[in-house]
Amino acid sequence: MSKALLYDATMCIGCKQCEAGCAQQNKLPYDDTVAAESVQSEHKYTVVLTKDDKFMRRLCMHCEHPACASACPVGAFHKTKEGPVVYDVWKCIGCRYCMVACAFAQPKYEWHSLNPRVRKCIMCPDRVLAGKQTACAEICPTGATKFGDRDDLVKEAQDRIRQSPSTYLPRIYGLNEVGGTCVLILSSVNVEEYGYPASAKIGDTPMPEYTGKVMSKVPDFIPVWSLVLGGIYWISHRREEVAAAEAQEQEQKKTGSAR
Amino acid sequence: MKSKLTFWRAVFLVIMGLGLYSAFIRYFRGLGAVSNMTDQFPWGLWIGFDCLCGVMLAAGGFCVIGAVYLFNVERLHSVVRPAVLTAFLGYLLFIVGLLFDLGRPWYIWHQLIYMNPHSVMFEVGMCVMAYTTVLFFEFLPNVLERFNLKTPIKWIKKIYAVLVILGILLSTLHQSSLGALYLIMPSKLHPFWYTPALPFLFFGSAIAVGLAMTIFESTQSAKAFGRHLELPVLVELGGALLVALWVNALLRFEDFFHRGLLGQIIKPSYEAYFLWLELALAFVIPITMLSFKKVRLSPNGLYLASIFTVLGFITNRLNVSLTGFETYVGHHYVPKWTEFSVTLMIIAAGFALFGLAVKYLPIFPKETHAGEQRLRTETGPMAATAVLGHAGD
Repeated sequence: MSKALLYDATMCIGCKQCEAGCAQQNKLPYDDTVAAESVQSEHKYTVVLTKDDKFMRRLCMHCEHPACASACPVGAFHKTKEGPVVYDVWKCIGCRYCMVACAFAQPKYEWHSLNPRVRKCIMCPDRVLAGKQTACAEICPTGATKFGDRDDLVKEAQDRIRQSPSTYLPRIYGLNEVGGTCVLILSSVNVEEYGYPASAKIGDTPMPEYTGKVMSKVPDFIPVWSLVLGGIYWISHRREEVAAAEAQEQEQKKTGSAR
Repeated sequence: MKSKLTFWRAVFLVIMGLGLYSAFIRYFRGLGAVSNMTDQFPWGLWIGFDCLCGVMLAAGGFCVIGAVYLFNVERLHSVVRPAVLTAFLGYLLFIVGLLFDLGRPWYIWHQLIYMNPHSVMFEVGMCVMAYTTVLFFEFLPNVLERFNLKTPIKWIKKIYAVLVILGILLSTLHQSSLGALYLIMPSKLHPFWYTPALPFLFFGSAIAVGLAMTIFESTQSAKAFGRHLELPVLVELGGALLVALWVNALLRFEDFFHRGLLGQIIKPSYEAYFLWLELALAFVIPITMLSFKKVRLSPNGLYLASIFTVLGFITNRLNVSLTGFETYVGHHYVPKWTEFSVTLMIIAAGFALFGLAVKYLPIFPKETHAGEQRLRTETGPMAATAVLGHAGD
């Protein structure tokens, strides 16, 4: 069963412990300067955003059908059955198609490195495989970020909305977006205000399907198109042969009659 | 003439010098130092121009090969060699461009061992690799002839039909797949340019530009290398170009019509201005020009129409790869001067290599000396090619 994270923005107090925990887990620098940065970057996989007195976390959504994994020419990204979308740096050639393909703009790049890597939240796969929860969920003092089975978390989110409909907007962001994600978000305000792409815009269709429709035709297209091209070649050159043979015949006739 | 030669040679050297400086920055300071690419704009000029436009500009090879060998249009035979040369150089330089843009170019060979068949980029990569190999064999007879090696030429002639069909198959695949790359970003790319028809539009524009580039480079080399201009060939290509442009224009119109965008594209907006520029350069101007018989029969008219076509479709691809993302990202991307200088260096290298190849290899059929005299009297922007042609001396 696939694991997931449920982030409940109404429970978040903006303490940024998740940022610190994430940095420690991933051996990233973390101090007051980094804490003050309000954008994700190659050294900040997750960020807690503040608007008025409300908070919102951003991190990789760990799509059920990740665009990055389908886009990568060398398969450096893959979706594990446990949920995390992970990155194999040794395969990466640095084409950055994953960055362009991601609807949530999550992969970030080490622009100033001479051997740059793509950086993003990988949902602590070592911990998850060992049966532990992610670093951010473990450290969260209020339970705003909760780790668990995706199905259970969806049920819990639905319950929370049902129990206090005045607190929450009646939606779970990530439930169906781009075919569902392993990060689910509950909030009292629209997540779009914090830079998340609008549900209507990204839709419920998994992004890989848009390119998959074309790619799936390639195996059939190759033999068919080769045959068509070969046929055209044969016909146009056959005509030439016939013309040459006829010319030769005429020539022979001429020489024959002359004699 | 002597001083002019030196001037253009100087320009070439300056371009190369700045390019090498930028290359140094690229490999010793990183992509962040050499470019204005960011996490928001991970693909910049090098993908937009060097790769997307580069492959399109090299499409003349498969267009002409297809016409001459597939459809047996013998009249175009004299442009096969220059078209194959342009295509071969184009793809080599595309790979050079890629080595600048890839973050870890030393792992480019991973493409061959860690394959992801779901990735459009994988398909493009494999096709480009295979097609460059095909082009190498299509180009090889030039070199073999130069050294009078008859046996290997015979071998290549035997497999030429396979090379022709393979080349066109691979071109169809990757020219259209370059458009398919963008299909995965429906929420990011502006609706003017995001369309399920992208693969068809990219393939269609490759054919139009392939024909236009063949006209352009034939005229250019005629002027620069003092060759006799084969007007009937150009007229033939011009007619084909007109048809290709109409087909492209129709595809474009159908696409806008079916997606209900006709009302939106005539309303002024940032994107609309760029779209208008693209449509004017790629369709309105060259189609109008080529509709006049007088233009279709004049070398200068054909030359100008082909330049407009090329510029128009370059604008189109830059719109798809750069302009179309600006609203989503929320700010503009303007390439750094070092990005431009790498691109310029690659283009200049292309001109120089073309010149060297023409000089030392039997690219054009042999001519009488009278033709050479003409070179000296030619002036204007063509001097650039003339000089770059001599740059390797």
